[in-house]
Amino acid sequence: MIIYATAVQTINSFVKLESLKEVYGLIWIFVPIFFLVLGIITGVLVIVWLEREISAGIQQRIGPEYAGPLGILQALADGIKLLFKENLRPSRGNTPLFSIGPSIAVISILLSYSVIPFSNHLILADLNIGLFLWIAISSIAPIGLLMSGYGSNNKYSFLGGLRAAAQSISYEIPLTLCVLSISLLSNSLSTVDIVEAQSKYGFWGWNLWRQPIGFIIFLISSLAECERLPFDLPEAEEELIAGYQTEYSGIKFGLFYVASYLNLLISSLFVTVLYLGGWNFSIPYISILELFQRDQIFGTTIGIFITLAKTYLFLFISIATRWTLPRLRMDQLLNLGWKFLLPISLGNLLLTTSFQLFSL
Amino acid sequence: MNSIKFPVLDRTTTNSVISTTLNDLSNWTRLSSLWPLLYGTSCCFIEFASLIGSRFDFDRYGLVPRSSPRQADLILTAGTVTMKMAPSLVRLYEQMPEPKYVIAMGACTITGGMFSTDSYSTVRGVDKLIPVDVYLPGCPPKPEAVIDAITKLRKKIAREIYKDRIKPQQGNRCFTTNHKFFIVRSPHTGNYDQELLYPPSSTSEISTETFFKYKSPVSSHELVN
Repeated sequence: MIIYATAVQTINSFVKLESLKEVYGLIWIFVPIFFLVLGIITGVLVIVWLEREISAGIQQRIGPEYAGPLGILQALADGIKLLFKENLRPSRGNTPLFSIGPSIAVISILLSYSVIPFSNHLILADLNIGLFLWIAISSIAPIGLLMSGYGSNNKYSFLGGLRAAAQSISYEIPLTLCVLSISLLSNSLSTVDIVEAQSKYGFWGWNLWRQPIGFIIFLISSLAECERLPFDLPEAEEELIAGYQTEYSGIKFGLFYVASYLNLLISSLFVTVLYLGGWNFSIPYISILELFQRDQIFGTTIGIFITLAKTYLFLFISIATRWTLPRLRMDQLLNLGWKFLLPISLGNLLLTTSFQLFSL
Repeated sequence: MNSIKFPVLDRTTTNSVISTTLNDLSNWTRLSSLWPLLYGTSCCFIEFASLIGSRFDFDRYGLVPRSSPRQADLILTAGTVTMKMAPSLVRLYEQMPEPKYVIAMGACTITGGMFSTDSYSTVRGVDKLIPVDVYLPGCPPKPEAVIDAITKLRKKIAREIYKDRIKPQQGNRCFTTNHKFFIVRSPHTGNYDQELLYPPSSTSEISTETFFKYKSPVSSHELVN
């Protein structure tokens, strides 16, 4: 009897320990997510500041000057001000749709950061279908934009939402085809595998050299996905006041603002991962990572630094493009998407497939 | 610490350190990202537009011109405001979300300027329509003067205490009333032309009733903004 009681006690304590371990495990799941979100938010603040300073540089202005040293705190000031501002709802709009729209746009973009490898296996979720997850989730965002455009009860908002949906859908297809050819080259949809397939010959092993057409098409269509300036028809200031954002004030507008920069950041990160060899130090014959193979932390830091350097190069290119190229018309945009990029990316896919078939 | 030692003026602010710093934080964010509404009518707007460009560059102060009043914090009433423009200006001001500021730019918006003597169409001073924070004289004021006005507005915002501001009114923004018209049947109710010109009286009664049933919940509080 006594033995039975002690056995029950031990079992109970074991169960308690197990449950405690589960709780710890759950907490430990949230720690990397928290750090990732923190890093992403910092990245967005940096991009907002960079955008304003680079655009000022291109236009021979000075740019933000008084908020913090060199105006570094400008983006923070904007964000906190938007948080404190009054939140207006359009009177006869559809309030649930109006409120949900921005959050859908942000969340769908934020989710796809989970498959980005920042350094050697420093990734939140190394899924087998990583790229597929990104493509599937990023096509939810136009639904959010459409909802917000419809819920605003405003003609300009509705037009902007429709344009955003049309543009995203038509440029998603060439983007997906380019990603498909990349995954054919590395025989995997996992982002880690794709980066490791490019790691062999320094920067000569980059997918950029094997897929030059796909790279250019990917760049163009990711710009269009981000609704950046050569393709910023949904929020064209001169035609539609601010597109689907017209009726938004306060932090909901801030969410849209954040969402656009999150989208830009993730497109640049994916360009880095898919075409520029990710975290690899890409100078042939000098593999600096192997020198520091024993020092895990230093190697990881170097990897993050290299990834971010490549990413910010592409961010700079897209920001410079914004102040260089004029905006397309709607028909020109759709023509470019359907009649030019789609056939070329299809041909690219065909070429890649046949090369893979004959070489193997 | 004895609270009597504090001067009377400081008692208007809160004693708590935390709320004071929060107040300072909100003041700082508002003054360092004042987004102006892209609004303007006459020659004053030419001067205002040159501020956007690279020579005077008001992005240094964190000013980003916004086209939608929902995202603007500041309206520079650049240029003459006519009687015809006045309702639009008031409506734009009402559409802006609450911490909002007005700079009356130019002589026309302060007093009516050169139109103040004998014009039939000019509003004599935009402060008859909307509350003005900073008056900026000049005809038109130079861009440097606009920057000076923005600096003065920034100083004003920096001294602001959050509680002193009028709380944002929930619900109605504009003064709206249900219209006082009531449908009077035409005095010419002679039998001679009732069937020809006017519809039968019974159907007209029904139609007006349904009209009011549809209109009454809307017009009281939702026809705003």
